[in-house]
Amino acid sequence: MNIPLTHILFVSTALFFIGMYGLFTRRNLITMLMAIELILNSVNINFVAFNKYLYPDNLNGVFFTLFIIAIAAAEAAVAIAIIINLYRSHRSIDVEDVREMRG
Amino acid sequence: MNYASYIALIPLLPLAGFVILGLFGKKPFARSAGVIGTLLIFISTLLALYTAYQYFFVAGKQHGIYPAVKALEFTWLQFSPGLSIDMGLLIDPASVMMLVVVTFVSLMVHIFSIGYMKGEERLSTYYSFLGLFTFSMLGLVLSTNIFQIYIFWELVGVSSFLLIGFYYDRPAAVAAAKKAFIVTRFADLGFLIGILILAFYSGTLDFGTLIQRLTEPGSSALAQLKGYGFIGIPVFSWALALLFIGGAGKSAMFPLHIWLPDAMEGPTPVSALIHAATMVVAGVYLVARLYPVFVLDVPVLQLITWVGVISAFLAAVIACTQTDIKRVLAYSTISQIGYMLFALGLAGYTASLFHLFTHAFFKSLLFLGAGAVIHYIHTNEMGNMGGLRKYMPVTHITFLIACMAIAGIPPFAGFFSKEEILLTAWQNNQPVYYIALLTSGITAFYMFRLYFSIFWNKPLAHNHNHHGEGPWSMKFPLLVLALAAVVVGFIPFAHYISAGQQAAEHTIPISFSIAPVAMALAGIALAYMLYYKQNERPQKLATAMGGLYRLVRQKFYFDELYLFVTKKIIFNGIAKPAAWIDKHLVDGLMNGLGRATTGISERIKAWQSGSVQSYALYFFGGIVALAAVFIYWWTG
Amino acid sequence: MSLSLLIILPLITAVALLLCNGLKPVRVVALTGAVVQLLYSFYVLLMYHNQRVFDGTPMLLQENHVWFAPLNIHYHVGVDGISMAMIMLTAFVTVAGILVSWKIEKLSKEFFFLLTLLSMGAYGFFISLDLFTLFFFLEIAVIPKFLLIGIWGSGRKEYSAMKLALMLMGGSALVFVGLAGLYFSTQTAGGEHTFNMLQIAQLRIPPETQLIFFPFAFVGFGIFTALFPFHTWVPDGHSSAPTAASMFLAGISMKLGGYGCLRVATLLMPDAAHAYSWIIILLATVAIIYGAFATMMQTDLKYINAYSSISHCGFVLLGIGMMTQTAIMGAVLQMVSHGLMTALFFAAIGMLYERTHTREVAQIGGLLKVMPFIATVFVIAGLCSLGLPGLSGFVAEVTVFMGSWENADVWYRLATILACASIVVTAVYILRAMGKVIMGPLQVEGASLQQAGALGDAGWNEKAAAGLLIIGIIAIGVAPFWLTELIKQ
Repeated sequence: MNIPLTHILFVSTALFFIGMYGLFTRRNLITMLMAIELILNSVNINFVAFNKYLYPDNLNGVFFTLFIIAIAAAEAAVAIAIIINLYRSHRSIDVEDVREMRG
Repeated sequence: MNYASYIALIPLLPLAGFVILGLFGKKPFARSAGVIGTLLIFISTLLALYTAYQYFFVAGKQHGIYPAVKALEFTWLQFSPGLSIDMGLLIDPASVMMLVVVTFVSLMVHIFSIGYMKGEERLSTYYSFLGLFTFSMLGLVLSTNIFQIYIFWELVGVSSFLLIGFYYDRPAAVAAAKKAFIVTRFADLGFLIGILILAFYSGTLDFGTLIQRLTEPGSSALAQLKGYGFIGIPVFSWALALLFIGGAGKSAMFPLHIWLPDAMEGPTPVSALIHAATMVVAGVYLVARLYPVFVLDVPVLQLITWVGVISAFLAAVIACTQTDIKRVLAYSTISQIGYMLFALGLAGYTASLFHLFTHAFFKSLLFLGAGAVIHYIHTNEMGNMGGLRKYMPVTHITFLIACMAIAGIPPFAGFFSKEEILLTAWQNNQPVYYIALLTSGITAFYMFRLYFSIFWNKPLAHNHNHHGEGPWSMKFPLLVLALAAVVVGFIPFAHYISAGQQAAEHTIPISFSIAPVAMALAGIALAYMLYYKQNERPQKLATAMGGLYRLVRQKFYFDELYLFVTKKIIFNGIAKPAAWIDKHLVDGLMNGLGRATTGISERIKAWQSGSVQSYALYFFGGIVALAAVFIYWWTG
Repeated sequence: MSLSLLIILPLITAVALLLCNGLKPVRVVALTGAVVQLLYSFYVLLMYHNQRVFDGTPMLLQENHVWFAPLNIHYHVGVDGISMAMIMLTAFVTVAGILVSWKIEKLSKEFFFLLTLLSMGAYGFFISLDLFTLFFFLEIAVIPKFLLIGIWGSGRKEYSAMKLALMLMGGSALVFVGLAGLYFSTQTAGGEHTFNMLQIAQLRIPPETQLIFFPFAFVGFGIFTALFPFHTWVPDGHSSAPTAASMFLAGISMKLGGYGCLRVATLLMPDAAHAYSWIIILLATVAIIYGAFATMMQTDLKYINAYSSISHCGFVLLGIGMMTQTAIMGAVLQMVSHGLMTALFFAAIGMLYERTHTREVAQIGGLLKVMPFIATVFVIAGLCSLGLPGLSGFVAEVTVFMGSWENADVWYRLATILACASIVVTAVYILRAMGKVIMGPLQVEGASLQQAGALGDAGWNEKAAAGLLIIGIIAIGVAPFWLTELIKQ
């Protein structure tokens, strides 16, 4: 069975915009973090797909993906730490309540 | 001949007095201030007399005239290669005469003050100010150039300010001091601009050079000065008229006379020195100094004449209605200076300076006498006086002599000088002569009104006095000045001082003297009738005159006029708007700029909401926009 | 011994101040530094005098080191008569300022540190021959003022500090545009890019370029010296500043502007200065007259002096605008005279304020009775301000008038006459203030007569400060020839 590249790209783009939508609309920090994970994964899919279809002899895309997964894990750890701290100081993990960066 | 070595000391000794007493007046010299000041001025007086002797009798005339000698000169402030303010000592007949007058009267006032100011807390300050004044006045009369005279002119002004305001906790004294300074300052503005004009066209400030450059035949400076005009009047006339305004301000001439009567708030000896004998005649001296230049411009001379004669007349009329004895004397001073000025305007150089000379003695005598009276009775009001001849014999006699002198009764000093002036007027301008003649009658009237009111009239109601007529330090100057008021008239003045220094000696015909003396006697008789004994006549007369009397009593409402101009027009019309504009418009503009910047930044600030999501949205939007640009338009 | 020591000495003092602790050592160090600096200034004056030859050598005691080669920036210093006069002024005012702030308790170390820094900026500014160095020191002399007013000030101090800093920074920005314009036009005039003033003066920048950049430089420096209508920082800034800072501000900082207008704007771009002179004269005349009238309406002593500074600094600009030798000399004299006089005035006002706790003219009166020394200082400062002969103000004003009158143009004459007229207005407002505050019946708001009578006179430090400035004022007023000899070119 041969799935064309465009199908996969369609999935990843959909995933990206779903993540984007989540990031912009959700007020809960945890949900936003999950949205970011979605975006990252859409990128991962792209990397793997391009690697497979365009440069089958190389493994660059796969390596990038591995790196991104690792970074995403680290990022999640850091982000959750920040969220916990925020919760401690603001008693909330709603972004609307955190406006310390206002000019 | 070298005069420098000791002539410089004449002004410098009083200056030393000012510095010493000013700096160390508090501790070591608090008690001895009077003696120190008097001693210094005494030496000055001796030196001045010695100078006069040397100048007039030892050195004598050269080529028929007394030469003008510069005893000392150095550059004080260099403007441009040809133009500088110099400081120097000019010795010529007029300055030597003034030197004697100033030191002599100043010495008398110093001595008188020892008694008069006894027990005064700020005695050393008083004497230091007197020293400053004497220094400045001597510097003024010895000036070699027009800017030097301006410098000392300002200095006498400020010493006058300090001395009028000597009783600084009296609001009236402070107001009078301010008024004197500001009015004369205003006049000095004219002086300064006049100097600027003359200096620019003639290229010099020195009196001798200036006169020479302007009077030499075919003078290019004069041609320029007369050639250029401003509002239709030649620059030359402007310059001289402005200089004269400076002189008129200092000499309290109409309409700038308003400061002098108020200046009587100062201690009386100060009035005798500054506001009678010396500083107020500076205007006359200034015109006399530049007399050869003034002669070149007839309209300005006429201006001087009429200002002089109007001041003489109006002041005399006002003097008749005043009840403060010092104010009467102040108006009489204005009147007498008016005489000097119109004499100058009518080419009576010698007559004018002669009157200046005699006036200095009898007017300072009058003031010191008034001082003695005030010292005795502690009031300035004529109404509270009377019958003082019994208690103050010395003051009485000397005051009478002075009154006769000013009224022009022969053989007292005033007679001779006033005759000279009247003769000048008779020869050159008849209307002026008649006004002057009338004025001399009025003079005699108000002087004897003063005399009778103080020393005769009703007997003194309450005599609280415990200290008698006063110490010898007060009587002695009175006697000396009375002697002077008798004898100085006999000096053959014209022999020593005359215009162009060509001795123009002439005798006054006896017949000419009849009219003035008769006028004076009539004035005295009128005063005798009204004031010799207490009676109702003066009051009735005043009521009969009605509005006219009130007008004169209120000094023709000059003060009110000035108040209106300053308070209403200058303060409300100029200063207030200026301050308002500054605060609201100019500063408003600056603050508005600031506010505009803040406002704009407020708008921009709203973009930075602090919500991370909107940042991310901008970020994403930006990326999309950039991507669009790069994909579709930037394909190049 | 070199000229750079003039900058290094305050720098050493400033560093030493940072190492001190407690009021006593701090003020001793600050005063010692300032006095040493004053003595050294005299020494430099002596050196200058000895080396001086009238052969057209413009600057003496020069030092030149490359600072930043790629942009041809040099550390280049030297003095001529004008800068020498300004250096002496700075030295006098600095010592007096430190003496007056002797008793300052709040953050004394920082206060004296900033004062010293300010004086260093001023010294550096006056001796710089390189435009970049000049600008560098100008900025050093601006920023401490913000802190001095903001921290130690009184009244609406934050507002004033901000206003002053912003307006002066705006001025600096304009100055920088002007300087950069000069720098980049040196090449078109046939040289390398250079900041060197001496070289630029030789080059003759093309007149079109001058016409563009002169306004920037002149207005920029003009803001420092209260050029109408950019003068509004003066009243607010001065009145909120602590005494010593007011003295520095009016005595030195405003002179930075005048000096810059003269040395940078006018002398480096003479063609443009000629072309624009009528505007300068117009603005200066407006400042003189209008400042004087605005002063009449002020009720706060510091505002009175601040507004009168606007009027007096107008004379500086008028002298510069008139462009004659005499008028420019008058402008320099006026800078020195006004620096000393206004510092003295602010010192006297500060002393009064310290005792009576008010500066409102209506609330105090007759102080001659209780504090004769301070009152005398006040009177001397006032008389100097109204141009009394024998004090420095007269010499300066008269020189400006004489120089201005050399222009035969009717409008210039009119401006001169108006400027002359301001001396009458000056007399009015000075005498009004003096008559109320010094003379008249004793009165101190919020204190009974007895309490008012117990107010003390000046302490030794205040006497020394006032004495120092008065000596300067009288020395110029009585014998102006030495100063004119010094600044004559």
